[in-house]
Amino acid sequence: MSQAAAGQQSFTLRVFRGEPDEAGHSTGSMTDYKVPLGDGMVVLDAVHHVQAQYDPSLAVRWNCKAAKCGSCSAEVNGKPSLMCKTRLDSLPLDEPVVVKPMRAFPLIRDLVTDVSWNYSVNQNIKPFTPANENVAQWDVKQEDVDRAQEFRKCIECFLCQDVCHVLRNHNQFAQFAGPRFMVRLASLEMHPMDAADRIPDIKERFGVGFCNITKCCTEVCPEEIHITDNAIIPLKERVVDRYYDPVMGFIRKLRGG
Amino acid sequence: MAELHYETHTHDVLVIGAGGAGLRAAIEASAMGLSVALVCKSLLGKAHTVMAEGGLAAAMANVDAHDGWQTHFKDTMRGNKFLGNWKMAQLHAQEAPERVHELERWGAVFDRTADGKVNQRAFGGHSCRRLVHVGDRTGLELIRTLQDKGVHSGIDVFMECAVTDLLTDEGRVAGAFGYWRESGRFAIFRAKAVILATGGIGQAFKITSNSWEYTADGHGMAFRAGAEMIDMEFIQFHPTGMVWPPGVRGILVTEAVRGEGGRLTNSLGERFMENYDPKRMELSTRDIVAKAINSEVKAGRGSPHGGVFLDISHRDADYIKKKLPSMYHQFKELADVDITAGPMEVGPTTHYTMGGLRVDPETQETTVPGLFACGEVSGGLHGANRLGGNSLSDLIVFGRRAGVGAVAFAKANATLPSVNEAQVKTFAQQMMAPFEREGGESPYQIHSDLREMMQSKCGIVRDPVEVQQAIDAFPAYWDRVRRCTISGSRQYNPGWHLAFDLQNMLIASEAVARCALQRTESRGGHTRVDYANYDPYWAKHNSTIRRGPQGEVQVGVSPLPIMPDELKQLFDENEVPST
Repeated sequence: MSQAAAGQQSFTLRVFRGEPDEAGHSTGSMTDYKVPLGDGMVVLDAVHHVQAQYDPSLAVRWNCKAAKCGSCSAEVNGKPSLMCKTRLDSLPLDEPVVVKPMRAFPLIRDLVTDVSWNYSVNQNIKPFTPANENVAQWDVKQEDVDRAQEFRKCIECFLCQDVCHVLRNHNQFAQFAGPRFMVRLASLEMHPMDAADRIPDIKERFGVGFCNITKCCTEVCPEEIHITDNAIIPLKERVVDRYYDPVMGFIRKLRGG
Repeated sequence: MAELHYETHTHDVLVIGAGGAGLRAAIEASAMGLSVALVCKSLLGKAHTVMAEGGLAAAMANVDAHDGWQTHFKDTMRGNKFLGNWKMAQLHAQEAPERVHELERWGAVFDRTADGKVNQRAFGGHSCRRLVHVGDRTGLELIRTLQDKGVHSGIDVFMECAVTDLLTDEGRVAGAFGYWRESGRFAIFRAKAVILATGGIGQAFKITSNSWEYTADGHGMAFRAGAEMIDMEFIQFHPTGMVWPPGVRGILVTEAVRGEGGRLTNSLGERFMENYDPKRMELSTRDIVAKAINSEVKAGRGSPHGGVFLDISHRDADYIKKKLPSMYHQFKELADVDITAGPMEVGPTTHYTMGGLRVDPETQETTVPGLFACGEVSGGLHGANRLGGNSLSDLIVFGRRAGVGAVAFAKANATLPSVNEAQVKTFAQQMMAPFEREGGESPYQIHSDLREMMQSKCGIVRDPVEVQQAIDAFPAYWDRVRRCTISGSRQYNPGWHLAFDLQNMLIASEAVARCALQRTESRGGHTRVDYANYDPYWAKHNSTIRRGPQGEVQVGVSPLPIMPDELKQLFDENEVPST
């Protein structure tokens, strides 16, 4: 809890206001609003206060306000965060709280960015393909689904995509699907009933090799999914086993695969 | 107004809303070979279904072997106080298990039993352990499964596009009019059949578990197109919402906490449910638990922030974190409470709209030809009180049925209805009006006042004098909405959107108030201070709402569909209200 919070009545919320210009570059400026401080208040409460009291046109995405839908992603004091889950008493309030849109995605307006690229990536992932669709009831033990369930906690906030330097700094949107979709691919690959082969896609189309394991994605994940350790590294290993392991390669040849 | 520009999209079937019901309907219609548009006002996968926590009710008998559709049917009818549509309750109980198997085959990963089956948990009002679940994030599993199935089914998805009105052609629905949130530009969607899956009306109340999306869009646009609503007085106040801190007041605390053994106590440490439903205790139906909490707080036995205590900390900490992970995090991060170590503070929150558009129980067609409805926007299944878990099953059972119904209609009426240009122009002018006015209030102020009024005058316990005050207040609200002004441009402008949404919320709010004044009894989610008991007349009648000749909200009654004898025999003698 910050020192400034004790007894403090209000604080300054510094919000990006702007839109893209005709070339698609983000233009705008930071605007300060004085916001009263309340018990247990989160950054999204402050943004709503600005909408209600100062400017109803402030653009922001939000839905559940309980960290379950992953809509209110933004960068708070430089850190990719869900605004609904970022407590103001966890921030230094003697200086402005700075809220900016996610930087890795094109700006639409104010705090809203164009995340449609993510949906197009998902469209290209081979969907779940069950091995025996006709069995009335599958016999699957809890320990067999624990791993897939960890990945299925993902709320698609895209904060991992935002923080990933392959996307954010190097703009490799055409080559790398990003952490979110490594998690999605891992949930399918590790589903006990799935029969599809996605390893060639994981290597080529989705570019798992681009990840160099800096773990920034794991750090920002609001669902605490071990993205790097449990999803990306095992996928890298499966690619290595398939393409680079001489023993596995020999066995595959014998099997005619 | 300047020259009107809009884009046009044409499909066989148009689905409005992409929660569980809309997605399931779109998947079915697409699988039957027709072209389908799915339009939603948020990003795909963010609809309210994502917030459902505890589970999905289906009599699969994986845990309690004696469960079956008849038992689920009986629990549902008892829970809805015999005011639900028996046919819908029967179809729902019969078809839910197959819909769950289908979700599994589409990739859903539910929690398992020790012998490798889909696990099921206890819930209020269900006499067997019946709720299929994934910890306390079942809704996320449902919507993500349907979303991934949907995007690989050839459906055209239009995200962040808000539909505002239905196009009609000689009494038949012809499509819909809307705008892109990003650009503010208008679009029309032409179709042979339209499915509404727009959810509920919770944003009309101050304390709610519902997101900004729940603004009665489907109720409003169907009302304007002439469709009938039923049972609008029945609002579900979920017993357990968060009460502190203020910013999270109303956010849902899943019933699964009680399903996993959570106990409710008052400030004296008493398990007060003993005084309200000693047999079922905390797992009584939601209407009874919500009223019990309300009574305890009013009697001065509440918690420091005006709720009661809910405690699960007698269970093993690791078990709590495994079965209720999002509750653990929600309280830890938002309220500084460790639920493995001590109690939560909870109180009732506006959660679900039991009533809604009247639909045919088998096809989900509304009273407007070609217009279908499924999920929360429709009425019938849940009567006076919905059982927890029956909403997610409702979405997939009747979402699928709406898809089948809409396809059958589109095939039988294969000529694409024509577009009435004057109607499109009127809709566009209505949308642009707030930009052309000056000096009015902010829509946020009007919304805040409406929510305050509905909460205090049409809340858990209803005083007819206060309900009448609400009814008398609506004309002034309409004046304020018609005069409100907004700032900024058409691009991603929440204030502009709210200015329009308020109109739908006013229609739905007035429907609630008028039905609440008319029903002179207490039943399920409707409690009157002046009529504490069931009334034999109202046991056999649904309230109805229609648009009057001047556009007014007109209340009426219709006889309840009569349950056939072979189903009546499932119940105790004289339990089902006789006709």
